Amino acid sequence: MSGTFVGMPAFPKAAHEAVQNVTLRRNLRHATHTIRDKRAVAVAELDDWDQLREAGKQIKDHTLSRLDHYLVQLEESVTAAGGTVHWAADADEANRIVADLVKATGESEVVKVKSMATQEIGLNEALEAEGIAAYETDLAELIVQLGKDRPSHILVPAIHRNREEIRDIFRSEMSAWGRPAPDNLTDSPAELAEAARLHLREKFLRAKVGISGANFMVAETGTLVVVESEGNGRMCLTLPETLISVVGIEKVVPTWQDLEVFLQTLPRSSTAERMNPYTSMWTGTTEADGPKTFHLVLLDNGRTATLADEVGRQALRCIRCSACLNVCPVYERAGGHAYGSVYPGPIGAILTPQLRGTQSEVDASLPYASSLCGACYDVCPVAIDIPEVLVHLREQVADQGGKGHRLEKVAIKAATWVLDNPAVLAVGERVAAKTRKLHPRKIPGPGASQWTNSRDLPEMPAEPFRDWWKKNRT
Amino acid sequence: MTSSTTSSSRAQILARVRTALADGPAAPLPSRDYFASHTPDDPAAILDLLHENLADYRAIVHRTAESELPTVIARLLEQHDAASVAVPAGLPAAWLSGAKIQQRHDVTAGLEGDGVSSLAPSGSDRPAGEPLTPYELDTTDAVVTGCAVAIAETGTIVLDAGPGQGRRALTLVPDIHICVVRAADQVVASVPQSLPHLDPTRPQTWISGPSATSDIELDRVEGVHGPRTLHVVLVTDE
Ligand code: SF4
Repeated sequence: MSGTFVGMPAFPKAAHEAVQNVTLRRNLRHATHTIRDKRAVAVAELDDWDQLREAGKQIKDHTLSRLDHYLVQLEESVTAAGGTVHWAADADEANRIVADLVKATGESEVVKVKSMATQEIGLNEALEAEGIAAYETDLAELIVQLGKDRPSHILVPAIHRNREEIRDIFRSEMSAWGRPAPDNLTDSPAELAEAARLHLREKFLRAKVGISGANFMVAETGTLVVVESEGNGRMCLTLPETLISVVGIEKVVPTWQDLEVFLQTLPRSSTAERMNPYTSMWTGTTEADGPKTFHLVLLDNGRTATLADEVGRQALRCIRCSACLNVCPVYERAGGHAYGSVYPGPIGAILTPQLRGTQSEVDASLPYASSLCGACYDVCPVAIDIPEVLVHLREQVADQGGKGHRLEKVAIKAATWVLDNPAVLAVGERVAAKTRKLHPRKIPGPGASQWTNSRDLPEMPAEPFRDWWKKNRT
Repeated sequence: MTSSTTSSSRAQILARVRTALADGPAAPLPSRDYFASHTPDDPAAILDLLHENLADYRAIVHRTAESELPTVIARLLEQHDAASVAVPAGLPAAWLSGAKIQQRHDVTAGLEGDGVSSLAPSGSDRPAGEPLTPYELDTTDAVVTGCAVAIAETGTIVLDAGPGQGRRALTLVPDIHICVVRAADQVVASVPQSLPHLDPTRPQTWISGPSATSDIELDRVEGVHGPRTLHVVLVTDE
């Protein structure tokens, strides 16, 4: 997986720096707590939440267990509906396919709707190297792109920026990309949104090529689904003549009916809404409506390696709702950037090391970026047992080097960071106590390394760490 | 068609999947013991729920009898000082019979369905037979459409590009969208009840309130790129 945050320090160092950043911490805390509380209300409206969650898990598990079959079926359906399917084994291949498709249209700019998969492969940078400008059109992604920044949250990628910072970025950067921000732009969110609307409108109207990801692909019908709020997705999916969608192979679901589960669980878990403002669905191409040409690029890039791990493969059930970020005490303090990839928070801690392997320091430290409190598992709409996978990956990291190995040392540092951060620990303790009663969990063993012992973390005396914190902070 | 340059990657990825699964058994099909609906089967209550949930997401909801519909639509367009309205192919001509503003008729060639005549009536400002360009839509103030189905529990209207609903771009670029829902046969209670009414081969837009963003400090702002004003007119028998 490319799209790495180049020169990224390992988790403990990056997290330590994030904790020093007061603005970042305040913004993150506000964001995660607000969404977390709203989510609980949205979920409580459905008396059958547990059944929906179980069905979502079962649909994904069934699909993964016959993934080859459903991918072939999807390919047939999309092709029959007038689309063209491409297969990309890794990031480089996906980038090359997309760049070639864009070049074949004769265009040198594309509009993009926020997509984790294209961030994962570093598509914008790859296109830039080929002389193709890729414009992000999601408001938060626009803020990130104009600010030459990295996203820090799956759902609200610019959550580390406050309104004054955003106004300054718009004022100084918009003119270099197109329509400048109005001279008298203030920092009111409504005005900032209006500036983005005007800035992007000219790009949408002239766009000939759109690039997207997808939340779901239906094998039996060939239908792709994009869930969004702002309407920039609809613009990118509807106005251009050519549409290229880059989608991870795990996004396939077998049937049209399966959508009834995820269209109930995703919006409520993600934006805490009964339904998000806009969902687009398209099947191949339609005469006189939307793009005339549709390309689907199916992306592996480490997913089949993840599938091969019987414990770790459950990470492929993820529907990228970001609920696990918003309840995670470590994410709240470390911030999204500390995770060193486009997938932050608990899901990033289990997905990134599997997609990329644990050879680099930041990736080897990720499985330790957790107090194993289990809050992420409780909110996950597809019931991914993130703590179970974390412990499993810790064993792998510990096994690959041996005691005193470079990667083990960095892992110890990450664990120490979590232990030494009293606020992380305190929340961890509280949630763990509550969760464990509901979900008694097995600790994988035998052969569990010393790291498995950190499962006992809530029983450790917290006081000495708080003393340490006070001493070190002053 | 699969592009030839990726055919070896296709084989490679499928082989990797098969190796990863190592002939393990298929995981069971989903049990689906969730509810088909969360709402009692009472049409009046379901309509009230739709009304409430649409309004909760800041759509502006109206109720009217069929006979009053042209008056209601004309009044809404006037309220917003709309000078022009996009008209999707197949929209019942009566709906806009009360509106005294410029009608821009869009023609959608080749869509299946009963294709009610989309010939521009006399007085239209542009020739029949041409789809509106994105730039024309950008200078059009409003659009009036019907819908395929409306979902009460989520406050959602679904458009499937059928007659009177238009191409997807029509309900995207103009800043005001007025959507008419027939209470008698277009309203369902839940998401599971909606899917059987929808044809996956048609392009769909599910709309739940006007375009919105919470990207700036989580303050909700209505309308970034889609229509900033959404009116839903529920047509009832009374
Ligand atoms: S792991 Fe679960 S909770 Fe986290 S983003 Fe994925 S689906 Fe959502």
